[in-house]
Amino acid sequence: MMQGAESSYQEYLAKGEFRIQRCDDCSSHIFYPRFLCPDCGSSNLSWIKPSGAGTVYSTTVMRRRAEAGGDYNVCLVQLNEGPRLMSRIEGVAPTEVRIGMAVTARVAQSGEDGFFVVFDAAGN
Amino acid sequence: MADTILRGQAAVVGVGLSEFGEVPGWSHFELMAQAVQRALADAGLNKADIDGVFAVVDRASLPAAMTAEYLGLRPKVMEGTMLGGSSFVNFLQWAALALQAGLCEVALIAYGSNARSGKIRPGGAVPIPYESAYGARLVTSYALAAARHMHQFGTTREQLAEVPVAARAWARKNPKATMRGPLTIEDVLRSRMVSDPLTVADCCLISDGAGAVIMTRAERAKDRPKKPVYLLGVAAETSHQGIAQMHDLTVSAAAQSGPRAFAMAGLAPKDVDVLQLYDAFSINTLLFLEDLGFCKKGEGGAFVCGGGIAPGGSLPVNTNGGGLSCLHPGMYGVFTIIEAVTQLRGEAGERQVPDAQVGLAHGNGGSLSTQVTSLFGTEDTL
Repeated sequence: MMQGAESSYQEYLAKGEFRIQRCDDCSSHIFYPRFLCPDCGSSNLSWIKPSGAGTVYSTTVMRRRAEAGGDYNVCLVQLNEGPRLMSRIEGVAPTEVRIGMAVTARVAQSGEDGFFVVFDAAGN
Repeated sequence: MADTILRGQAAVVGVGLSEFGEVPGWSHFELMAQAVQRALADAGLNKADIDGVFAVVDRASLPAAMTAEYLGLRPKVMEGTMLGGSSFVNFLQWAALALQAGLCEVALIAYGSNARSGKIRPGGAVPIPYESAYGARLVTSYALAAARHMHQFGTTREQLAEVPVAARAWARKNPKATMRGPLTIEDVLRSRMVSDPLTVADCCLISDGAGAVIMTRAERAKDRPKKPVYLLGVAAETSHQGIAQMHDLTVSAAAQSGPRAFAMAGLAPKDVDVLQLYDAFSINTLLFLEDLGFCKKGEGGAFVCGGGIAPGGSLPVNTNGGGLSCLHPGMYGVFTIIEAVTQLRGEAGERQVPDAQVGLAHGNGGSLSTQVTSLFGTEDTL
């Protein structure tokens, strides 16, 4: 039995690689990782390296007391390949993140949350 | 005629609200049982008459069985499908079908929560993988939808503020509503920001409270003490669970559930006299007004402007004060049904919409995820 999609995704992240799936049958790009293509139902899915380029689809500033760590950004990024994911934009003040902003993916790590994908403003 | 097979076949014959707001020292099942007791009294029925239980109760993993046990019932029909806040509007569909098929005679739809005193945070479900690292809370999803709506359609912060202001104006006419002090647009704009663009005044209450609804087939409803309120249409749809998977943050699945509910009822938005829309956050009301066809997509902000949905406005929405000002335990759906029934019976007191014949109750669950629309009518609408 081949490995499940979720653990494969995490293994790529742990190697510093952001991968998404692409359906061999209908060519849809897929995120989050799944066993079946949500478009056509095929299980013939391959891992590809997305360009990493995307656009902020929507964004919010989660307000938090300074002593608890201060405000932070939560956004939805649409990858150029099509899928959308939740993330945050780093290197920019949370209030300065704008819908439509061009961003680039990067793998981040924290002790608590393991490996996950964040974005930087494109060109930074 | 598959669309109309349920139209007018079942009716609400009893509704009950527990004490609500802040009710310390009461468990969620105690509040639920009080609501059931009041609904049974309202229906002129005994608990032994209930043979169908449709229940979701906060923190109960087998809610229908637990509800039945707590009330001392042995129902033949049990439903506990958890769709979040819309679960109870969804139960209308399955209760009506079970009644019509003769699987049960008296259906109870019940909910109870001590979210406020028990300090249960709504939406505190299992974290979604791929999202847990970013610190999103339930409000985040709705803030993202609001931000997108503002970006795409030019909806303004002031227009969003009209929603809690209208809800409060209705709540001031409801002696039982939790929040009854005056609220202005400026008050909303000056409130503490929680998740931009939503302030604390754009977010629903967290209450203790319970609600219960009793349904029978239409022919059994006529000899009950209160005027029956008939279920004319009901339809559901889900588009996603996590907000990142929502195709268009400005269009909910209410755009599908609404038209199907109207088709079943043989009605159109212009026929609706009073609306109860699940207003967990101010943006919900705009989205549902648009998706259900009360205004065009993107025009919700203009529609609610100048008190459009407040008392004296063009369309009465959330006449009990809604989740924003009346009550909102973990899940609000059952209260949309109860207020719709109260209005169609003409029992709403100072907040009564004159000659209300058709009422809409719309449930929302999760992160704009599960949408269920129901339409009710008086006997004259059959």
